[in-house]
Amino acid sequence: MSQDQQTTTTSWEVFLRPRRGLAHQHVGSVRATDPDMALAHARDLYTRRGDPLSLWVVRSDGVHAASPAERDPFFSNARHKPYRYPEHFAPLTRGEQDDA
Amino acid sequence: MSATAPTGPRAADAPADGGAPQEAERAAEFEALVAAGESVEPRDWMPDGYRRMLIRQIAQHAHSEIIGMQPEGGWLTRAPSLHRKSVLIAKVQDEAGHGLYLYSAAETLGVDRADLLDALHRGQQRYAATFNHPALTWADTGAIAWLTDGAAVTNQAPLCRTSYGPYARAMRRICQEEAFHVRLGFDMLLALCEGTPEQRAMAQDAVDRWWLPAVALMFGPPDTETAGTREPAAALGAAVSRRAIAWGIKHHTNDELRQRFVDHVVPQAEQLGLTLPDPGIRWNDERGHYDFGPIDWEVYRGSLEEDSHTARRRIAHRVAAHRDGAWVREAAAAYAERPTAPDAAPDRTTAGEGKPTG
Repeated sequence: MSQDQQTTTTSWEVFLRPRRGLAHQHVGSVRATDPDMALAHARDLYTRRGDPLSLWVVRSDGVHAASPAERDPFFSNARHKPYRYPEHFAPLTRGEQDDA
Repeated sequence: MSATAPTGPRAADAPADGGAPQEAERAAEFEALVAAGESVEPRDWMPDGYRRMLIRQIAQHAHSEIIGMQPEGGWLTRAPSLHRKSVLIAKVQDEAGHGLYLYSAAETLGVDRADLLDALHRGQQRYAATFNHPALTWADTGAIAWLTDGAAVTNQAPLCRTSYGPYARAMRRICQEEAFHVRLGFDMLLALCEGTPEQRAMAQDAVDRWWLPAVALMFGPPDTETAGTREPAAALGAAVSRRAIAWGIKHHTNDELRQRFVDHVVPQAEQLGLTLPDPGIRWNDERGHYDFGPIDWEVYRGSLEEDSHTARRRIAHRVAAHRDGAWVREAAAAYAERPTAPDAAPDRTTAGEGKPTG
């Protein structure tokens, strides 16, 4: 019974701009056979409330992601570089406390 | 990657396969993450038991939302006014939406929703037995929304902090929407309670029938000794609860949440002027909670309605809906596979930030 679905629908990731001033945010996924159907399902599922401005759907298998195995070296860029933050440096005002 | 991979298409978040050379190290990392109250995300390593427990719980939860549309759905065409009908349609649509949020969350664990639905149809996966009870009158739609959804909110509010990220995010959406359902149910019953004696009696009758399914079944079986049981089954339930709590999937025992629900709902019933059908309900000053008749295994089993006429009808209806929708799925697939001319219509879904369609 599930065969028909398995062989025809693909997963689509859904991104919603919930209101003005915000970037599109990932909200979940839907299953559909083509982009228009994915958009229609995403509309039904993720915009029943509020005043949404725009919706994107992207085929899930089109998302290129970093895998966990290579996570450490891949994201090591952020490590051991305290000088990327303002509080690493002398305060601009004498006696100023850094919040961070 | 094409959709013909043997495991079926997966969500982008689905776990990557591959060897795990330092299993123990990863297990320690996982335990530390959970202990710190951080979210476990789909591509993280996780123990098999954790993944299995999540799939089982999320699937059962999703199925409950989908089957849960039926008792109220039956009243859509018989609502007493256009306003009540619009509201009930919105509510039933939400339940469908909740099911879909949850199937989407389950798919990040590497399963396919078609297989989950298949398991539901074959009776291999369960749904909340609450919905094996029939909705006999219009007032039942109010009692279901007030009591069943009220119990669901009590159960689900802590799940907004469950350790698995996609599940927690789905639950946050669901809880926001369930709050409307509880208020709606209360409002429907209030309207009946302020009506004729017949309407009031109808409200009381519905609450009499939906109280036990809500308080017993929406929280799961007893899992502490406060429920007055020392049966082996309760010990097993307690062990499962402890495991779920250790993994941060749950934060409270079933019986704690049951107590919380009773504490919420008793004053609301007083406000409606309705009696909850449990002579054991009274305020306990010492405990700072309402006492109520113990939900032990006997009471729990007695309320399951397994293999009842309604239970069989729920699954038969679901299977028929799936079968009757087959031609739509086939048509959609045929449309997607139609031959298209190269350089046909330009893609209107281009999504660049700088473009007017974004």
